[in-house]
This record gives sequence, structure tokens and C-alpha cells, in this order.
Amino acid sequence: MNDMSSEQARDTPSPTMKVDVSAVLGDKTKTGGEVLSSCIDIENLNLFYSKNKQALIDINLTIPKQRVTAFIGPSGCGKSSLLRCFNRMNDLVDDCVIEGLVSLDGSDIYQKSIDVADLRRRVGMVFQKPNPFPKSIYENVAYGLRIQGINSKRILDDAVENSLMAAALWDEVKDRLNDSALGMSGGQQQRLVIARTIAVEPEVLLLDEPASALDPISTLKIEELINELKTDYTIVIVTHNMQQAARVSDFTAFMYMGNMVEFDSTNSIFTNPRQKQTEDYITGRYG
Amino acid sequence: MNNELSNWMRRGTPWVWLNAGAVAISIVMVVGLLILLTVRGMSHFWPRDVLQANYTPPTSTGELLTTQVIGEFVESEMVVAAQIASSGIPVDETQDLYERQLLKLGNRDITGADFTWALSDFVEDVEYPAEVVAMERREWGNFYGFLRNIREAGEPLAFSGDTADVEAKRWLEFNQRLERALDIRDDIYVIENQEIGLINYAMERLRLRERRLELDGEESPETSAEIAVRRQELNVEYELLQDELLALYETVNRDSAIFLAANEQEIEIEFADIVRAYKPNQMDIFSKLLTYFSKLGEFMTAEPREANTEGGIFPAIFGTVMMVMLMSVFVTPFGVVAAVYLREYARQGFVTRAIRIAVNNLAGVPSIVYGVFGLGFFIYIIGAEIDQIFYPEALPAPTFGTPGLLWASLTLALLTVPVVIVATEEGLARIPRSVREGSLALGATKFETLWRVVLPMASPAMMTGLILAVARAAGEVAPLMLVGVVKLAPSLPLDGNYPYLHLEQKFMHLGFHIYDVGFQSPNIEAARPLVFATALLLVIVIAGLNLTAVALRNHLREKYKALDV
Repeated sequence: MNDMSSEQARDTPSPTMKVDVSAVLGDKTKTGGEVLSSCIDIENLNLFYSKNKQALIDINLTIPKQRVTAFIGPSGCGKSSLLRCFNRMNDLVDDCVIEGLVSLDGSDIYQKSIDVADLRRRVGMVFQKPNPFPKSIYENVAYGLRIQGINSKRILDDAVENSLMAAALWDEVKDRLNDSALGMSGGQQQRLVIARTIAVEPEVLLLDEPASALDPISTLKIEELINELKTDYTIVIVTHNMQQAARVSDFTAFMYMGNMVEFDSTNSIFTNPRQKQTEDYITGRYG
Repeated sequence: MNNELSNWMRRGTPWVWLNAGAVAISIVMVVGLLILLTVRGMSHFWPRDVLQANYTPPTSTGELLTTQVIGEFVESEMVVAAQIASSGIPVDETQDLYERQLLKLGNRDITGADFTWALSDFVEDVEYPAEVVAMERREWGNFYGFLRNIREAGEPLAFSGDTADVEAKRWLEFNQRLERALDIRDDIYVIENQEIGLINYAMERLRLRERRLELDGEESPETSAEIAVRRQELNVEYELLQDELLALYETVNRDSAIFLAANEQEIEIEFADIVRAYKPNQMDIFSKLLTYFSKLGEFMTAEPREANTEGGIFPAIFGTVMMVMLMSVFVTPFGVVAAVYLREYARQGFVTRAIRIAVNNLAGVPSIVYGVFGLGFFIYIIGAEIDQIFYPEALPAPTFGTPGLLWASLTLALLTVPVVIVATEEGLARIPRSVREGSLALGATKFETLWRVVLPMASPAMMTGLILAVARAAGEVAPLMLVGVVKLAPSLPLDGNYPYLHLEQKFMHLGFHIYDVGFQSPNIEAARPLVFATALLLVIVIAGLNLTAVALRNHLREKYKALDV
């Protein structure tokens, strides 16, 4: 019976649902009593990988500043595609067409005059698999700064230390900064990648399933790290793990088949979802 | 039974045997080749015992003529009697096979040929006299015979004592005087090849400068006077050296030695003509080893003599290594840059696919075609143009408009560039997407990502391309014959004269040397062992070049070892 309904849902995409974002962010019971300013605004976003393959359908969303927003949903629902719109990583995909508006702090990031490299510096990204460069730990963290032309040893030393501290990695690696980053464990590598990302002092951190390739202890460390970082950064995290979304995020968006089904405070989504699809997914009936 | 067989088949046992067999055959072939080259090539330098015998072959007239032979035994083989009979020696044809042996008799100045075939059945009284001397000379090849006397300025020296005593004293005196002659020879070599060469080079540059001024219309009485003064200085220097040379020749020609060759023939040999002399039948294994390594050392470090059949092959080793290195310098950046564009920047589609197919096909074009292209394009078009623009003073003698090191390296670079492109492209394709994205996500541009992350990670693949290119280029001969290799180059392409590296010079090459010594030599028997020795050396040089590149690649691999994808 459940299988049947899921099959049907796939065959006939559900009609575009309007998610009332302002209702969520304007409701002080859901924002912890504060008025939140928006960081990223997404309006009527459509994304096509080819003419007849639409990955995102008319997405409207606002990512609040200095909060953790989680994207959940079954595989292939478009979470990562949406995330990669925020730093224009989809530009690397041939034939990818994006319609609609994505603005960061009020300015359209897809307008011609935007310097993509600068945008990516402001919107850092951590990928599913740890991807350190085959360089020393020090050089990995200093990479982004060197790209910006900073070569002063004093500045780099400070930045490396601060970033590794912020990523809770300093104590583990301070004695072997010149060793290859490829000799670290997976969890350490992922925290190194986070350190590398925050070394360039971005405004937004995009985390694309950052813990899915890690063991539970490393996952726990990453989650603690997210909790600490959210005071300074706007964080968007894509995750398959609903417990993780519940633990680390303030707001949660549920996506399904390229649609934004529901956006609400994490608490509301997990205790009182308004959409049937959301409830089915959270209770594990499909996905 | 049937079941057992099908089980045997099913487990794949025959497949394993087939694979292992193929590997075994490959190993046997490679090792066999190396052993053949080593044995045939390296045994040439061993100071073999010298035999003395009487040879009395049957003749058609029935008259028996005995000749004495002194020389080294080289090899023996079985020949059909009919074949010998048809060559004019009436042997008994009822005996099917005759053994014949190749003897190296040397003494080409006396007998005209330094090798002879002798039928073993008619060789008698074989002995190994202790006093026989084997000698290498600057001209006429080896000499075998007995030392009879030493002359100083035409006057024979007198030795006292009994026969054995005189023999020993004479040999000692001979060696001392040979030592002296060799020292003087070294001095002469330095003056002739280096000092006079330097003056000639300066003279030539002076002439070119004068001509240049004349062409540019900038000649003035001052410059002419300056050039004349300089020329006068060089002439004085030259005269001085010439006098010195004359004096040295006089001293070196003071001594000569009287030898008794086979058949009681007396011959006078100047000390100046002797390279090395030893009494092989008296030598123990240790002194033979010393002589062996001295001869081997000469082979690897000296210049060739006697139409490349004697002496060393150092210029060929040097030329090969030099050319391969220059080629690497040209081909690596070019191939890498081309591959980066094809893989990273060009829009993948029909055109890039077509280019890739073309590049792969280019690798299959016969190398002589590249030689023709190099001659027609590099030398006759580009080289001639360079001469017109930069070296008009030397015309009509071409500078770059003639085969030379630069054009040979460029031609081989063209020949091997497909290999580098393909290897680099594969290396670039293997760099994980995640690493590129990691760099881009930090605000790096595509160029910065390529330069700082992707290219270093792909460097082992580039080295692989270079290794394959070197392996192909070092063994290539055919195109080189058209674009720069010669049988005998008067000087090395790298020397002490400004600009030190002479890219326009012709050079010698081991591969061409093998061809030249093996097939163009006037003295095929003498040259044959050198073919093997040179081939072995070529293999060693290529292996050395490759191992260097492999070591470099392994180092890079360790440094940039790929992430487990």
C-alpha cells in the first residue's frame, strides 16, 4: 500500500506548493523571540540539467542569517542542486540552466557583474567526501589566503592557527602542520576542510552531507562544530540523517522531487508537520 | 575422468598456464637478448692469448705452401666440404663437414687483411709463445709479433746479459718509452684539438664579425684596424702553438721499435703510433682484468679511430643523451600545454574528438616521414630563414639551414608529442572532481585551480608520458639520418666556446653508430663485436634515462598520491 502511494507520487509530480516562508520567520515563537534578517533569498528558482530534466521546480525560500538551516528529503530530490545554486557551483555543469532569482544580502548573485571567485569566497562549501589537497596540513588551510595573494608568514600562521582552533583540530595537528593532509583520518580530513573553508572568512557555510562518509564519533565532532560555528556564520546543511537535522538545525526545509514541500522551524517540522508528505518521510514511510 | 577434465578447465588452470607461459617467454626473450649483447659485445675487450701456428692448406696444384700465423682465435664453425671446394681449396669431399676457425692476425699493413679463415685440419704446431706482443696502433689496426729491438733516433739500443735477461730489460725499456710517447701524445692532443681549435674558433668569429660589419655598412677604419690587430695577435699565438707542436712531434718521433711479425718479417713501428701493448700469454688473470677494464674504459670515454672500428664511442653516447634531453625540454611543456587545453578548456565535442583521433594517429606515422618533414620544414624553411635574418655574414655557408642538433631534437619532439599529450590527458582526467571543486569553492579561479592543484597532481602522468617519449626517441635512427646525425662529428655540441651549447652542430648517435659500424664499415670482422658492444651501451643509456625519469615520477607520485576515489 505504501509502495503504491510512493510510486504514484513519483509518476505524478505533486502540484507546486507554496511555502509561506514569511509566516515562519515572522512567527516569534518559532524564531526564539527574535526578528531574523534574511541572508539568502530564493525567488521562483527553476533549474534544468537538460531540456526535459528539471531538477528544481519554482523554489521560494529565505535562509535566515546566523542560523542553521537543514535541507532534508529523499535522494535525488534536489537538495544538493539547490545548495550548489548558492555558490554557483552548478556553473561547472555543462548545459545547466537556472531561472529565477538568488540573492545574497540583497544582491543577485547571477547577475553578470558578479565575480564568481569572490562569491565563492563569501559562500564557503564543504563537500560530502573530505577533499583535502595533496599538500601539507598548513598549506591546505593557507590555500584560500594564498589564492587571495596573502603570502605574509605572520598573517598565514595566525589564520591557520585560528581556523584549526575554530574547527577543533588544532590540538590534534599542531605538532605536524607540515605533514601531508592525506595522512589524516577521514574525520580529521573533513574538519580540516571546514578549517580551510573558514580560513577565508566566508559569510555563509554550505555543508553538503558533511558527515555521511564518517564514523559516529567523527560525526558527533562535526555536529558539535556546527553548533559552535553558528554564532558567526549562516549555515546551510544538506543531510540524509533526520536525527542529525533535528540535532543541529534551527530551521528545516523538506524537499521532494524538486519541490519545496515544507519549510518551518525544526521543532515544528519534526513534531507537527503540516504536509502529509513531510510526515510520511519523517516517520520513515518512504524515502 | 571427463568430470575431472571439465573441473580442470572450469578452475581456469589452462588460462593461468597460458598467462604464465606468455610472461615466461617474454622474460626469456629479453634476458636472452641482453645476454647475447653482453657476451658478444663485452668479450671483445678481453685480452685473449695469442697463438702461433703453421697453416698448410691443400692447393689445386698439389704444391704445399706453409705459412706461419700469429694471432687471436676468434670463433670456429662447421662448413660443408663442397662449399670449401667451390671456393678453390681442394678438400676431400667424402668428408661432409670441415671445421674452420676465424683468426685475427692483425698486421693489416703487411698482409692487407687482418682476419683469416683457416681450416682446423691443416693448422699444425699450435703454441702460445710467452714473448709474443699484442699491440693496438693508431693506424692499421692491431699488430702481433715479437719485440726485437728499440731504436733511439735511428740508433739501436744495446742490452747486456743472457737472452732472458735481455728480453726482460728490453720489454721494460719499451714500456717506459711507450709511457713517455703516450704522455707527449696527450700534450699534442690538447694543443691540436683544444688550443688550436680555440684559436680557429676565434678566427672564424672575427671573420664573421668583419663580414657582418661589411654587410651592415658599419665598417670604419677603426673597426678594420681593431680586427686586423686582433687577427695579428691570434696569428702570433697560432705560430707559437705550431712551433710547440712541431717540437713535440719531433720528440715523440725520436723512438721506434723493431718487431718480428709472422713469417720472419721485420717491421719498424714508431712509438708515436702505439696506443697499447701487452704480452697476453704472460699475463695472469688479474693483469688481464686490468687491461680489460682499461680497454672498456677507453671504449666508453675515447673518440673513435679508424673509421669508427677502433677506439671509443664517447661522442655518440654524449650526442644521444644530449639530443634526448633537449627533446625532453621541447616536448614536455608543449605536450602538457596542448593536453591542458584539450582536456580543460576546449569544449568537448566533435572537434576535440577529431583532434584526439588525429593526435593518436600521428603517433603511428612512420618515423622517416618525420625525418622528411624535419628536413623540408625545419631545415630548409625555418633554418634557412634564420640564416637570412641572423647569420647573413656566414652565407653561403649555412648555420641553421643545415641538419643539426636543434632540428634533430625538434623533429623527435614532434614525433613523441602525441605520447605526452595522451598521457597527460589521461592524468588530468583522473584528478577527482571533488578536489577541483574544493579549490573552486575556496574562491580560486579555474586557472589557479589548474596551476596550484590539478597540474601538480597530474605531474606523475606527465612523467609517464615523458618516459614513453624518451624510450621512443632514444632508439630512433631513421629520421635522425636526415636531420642531424653524422658518422663522425669533429667536436661535441657542448664545449668551452661561447655560446657553449652549439645547437647548430651535427652530432653522433649510438643508434646511427650501430648502423654505420655494422653496415658501412670497411672492416666488417673488426667492427662486428663493436656493433654488439654499442647496442648494449645504447640499451644501457636508454635504461638509464628511463630509470631517472621513473625515479622522478615515483617521487612525484609519493608526493601527490591520489586520494582514494
